[in-house]
Amino acid sequence: MYDLSCSGLTKRFGPFTAVSDVSLDIPSGSFFSILGPSGCGKTTLMRMIAGFESPSEGDIKIKGESVVATPPNKRNVKMVFQHLALFPMMSVGENIAYGLRCRGEKRGAIGAKVAGILDRVGLPGTEDKRIDQLSGGQKQRIAIARCMVLEPDVLLLDEPLGALDLKLREHMKIELKLLQNQFETTFLYITHDQSEALVMSDQVAVMNAGRFEQIGSPKELYDAPVSGFVAGFVGDSNCLTGTIATVDGADARVRLDDGGELIGRVADRSGPGDAVEVFLRPEALSLGAGGATTLPGTVDSLLFNGANSRVLVKLATGQMLEVADPAQSGGGAVGDTVTVSFQPERARVFARRGA
Amino acid sequence: MMGRDAGRLSLILLFMPFALWIGLLIVLPQLGIGYVSLREKVGINQYEFGFKNYADFISEPIYRNTLLRTAWMSILVTALALIAGFPVAYYIAKIAKTRSRAALFLMCLIPLWVSDLVRAYGWIVLLRETGVISTALVSIGLISQPIEMLYTDMTVIIGLVYTVILFMIVPLVSTLQGMDDALLEAGYNLGGSRFTVFRRIIVPYAMPGIVAGSIITFMLTAGSYLTPVLLGGKNSSWFTEQIYNQFITRYNWEAGATFGVLLLLFTSLVVWLGLLLTGQSLATTVAKD
Ligand SMILES: Nc1ncnc2c1ncn2[C@@H]1O[C@H](COP(=O)(O)OP(=O)(O)OP(=O)(O)O)[C@@H](O)[C@H]1O
Ligand SMILES: [Mg+2]
Repeated sequence: MYDLSCSGLTKRFGPFTAVSDVSLDIPSGSFFSILGPSGCGKTTLMRMIAGFESPSEGDIKIKGESVVATPPNKRNVKMVFQHLALFPMMSVGENIAYGLRCRGEKRGAIGAKVAGILDRVGLPGTEDKRIDQLSGGQKQRIAIARCMVLEPDVLLLDEPLGALDLKLREHMKIELKLLQNQFETTFLYITHDQSEALVMSDQVAVMNAGRFEQIGSPKELYDAPVSGFVAGFVGDSNCLTGTIATVDGADARVRLDDGGELIGRVADRSGPGDAVEVFLRPEALSLGAGGATTLPGTVDSLLFNGANSRVLVKLATGQMLEVADPAQSGGGAVGDTVTVSFQPERARVFARRGA
Repeated sequence: MMGRDAGRLSLILLFMPFALWIGLLIVLPQLGIGYVSLREKVGINQYEFGFKNYADFISEPIYRNTLLRTAWMSILVTALALIAGFPVAYYIAKIAKTRSRAALFLMCLIPLWVSDLVRAYGWIVLLRETGVISTALVSIGLISQPIEMLYTDMTVIIGLVYTVILFMIVPLVSTLQGMDDALLEAGYNLGGSRFTVFRRIIVPYAMPGIVAGSIITFMLTAGSYLTPVLLGGKNSSWFTEQIYNQFITRYNWEAGATFGVLLLLFTSLVVWLGLLLTGQSLATTVAKD
């Protein structure tokens, strides 16, 4: 059985459709992410699940039961807000006890539960601290503890790491995943940061302009995107525009807009004459001859970033390509003439967006 | 060095009007009043220092009762202004659209454009025996003969609430405006009912505004003169009326000054007790942020 399932969920604000025909099924205990650019309707979708917006169409089921008519305070989904929304006038302990008291639990039991959950999120003995005495990462964990102490069916997290600095964000990513493992609760996580979604999730739904483009495991999304949007949004990609000249089986010869030609694999139903985009992952490219397609160019700059280092190559026709260079060999010096090559199956050809 | 001196000079210049205002208009007169209140008249232009004026006040039940009554009615007015003002403030701060917010706020301010006196006469025109309401009720047959609605405690309280409610609404609006809607949603999401969210989230959040508004309202009410006198008539028994009588009618400046000092002390005591009873302190509420 699914902890949370939505079918045909749609939300319109006047003439504007914020969420359009979204369906998803989240198995019990999994970490499910919704990944999409700012303004694509992620928060709106989550607010419908939490009950703060009512759907224009479609149904929401929690543990198999429709909750569309249930008010927000009766739904057993808890939410970690984008800016956490910890109650500033209450202490840490009172924040966590709030939900238990709303539920009418006994005072003695509340104290024990609060202490227990603080232990589990790694902040034992902080009951009497004020909220403004906590660091960003601690607030984060209190916000999660405040929800988890109520043992929800699903925990909703709306870009909870957005307000943290980069270093802490990297750390909290792993922490969140560990917490989710530990609690064995279903997490629905919203983010516009693809690396968060890829690192933490069992399943990711990529959302664009109110619709789901693809649902799959992080690896599927990365290796087999179904649309140009997913290919461009998930992971790093070089994107070249062109027109299909001829198609030979799965491979197409693409004439690039800025000149030059390459051979890539058609990933949708594009045919000869169609305007297309070609997506090339940096790690699919190599310097030197050896691929089916070779493009001449010069080294424009070296982007050193440890194991994630890149070489920026300026092609003879003017486009820039990022080429992965994990060995940090540098590919020579800036200004050297080089050849970029790749195999056709590593170049994904999609119909051009908005064309 | 130059910079620091210039900085200090501009600080002094900026501070000057405020210091002058506080010093000349508040501290000095209050000191004067305190001085006069300690002066006993023993003969024509002969004075001694002592607490006789205060002893006189305590031995005279009318004065005592008037002060207590004024404080009690002021507390009532403050409570009513809070009850009536909170929903208005909440609506303006949280529910109204951004565009209509300014207009609503302005509408609350309109009564301030009219002087106290004119507003009080407005009430008189409405409420007296031959007034608008009484006449209207008679003409539609709800009552058989005109009724006098002036000169009751009720009228005084209504008139005072109407005069001071604005000073409750303004601080409430400004604190409530700072409240993130996500706090309310979190309150519901964690299982709170409307009442729980109101009691445990909205009210504590608005506490600085409630405290500030209540202090201002209470002080204004206890020190008001026109409204209770005009709407309450002879039996309004407002303490400021006593002060006026001593100063103007009886020309007994010593007693008047004593009453003034007592009013200040007593209202301050009430405010202090109020803060104590509600577990608030000036530092954590009014001065917060
Ligand atoms: N109450 C509303 N009335 C009208 N339009 C709304 C309302 N709420 C959201 N929208 C619109 O719906 C769209 C999606 O908003 P939403 O907040 O869901 O985006 P998001 O994906 O969460 O973005 P972000 O990553 O920036 O938080 C936006 O274009 C927004 O303007
Ligand atoms: Mg959002």
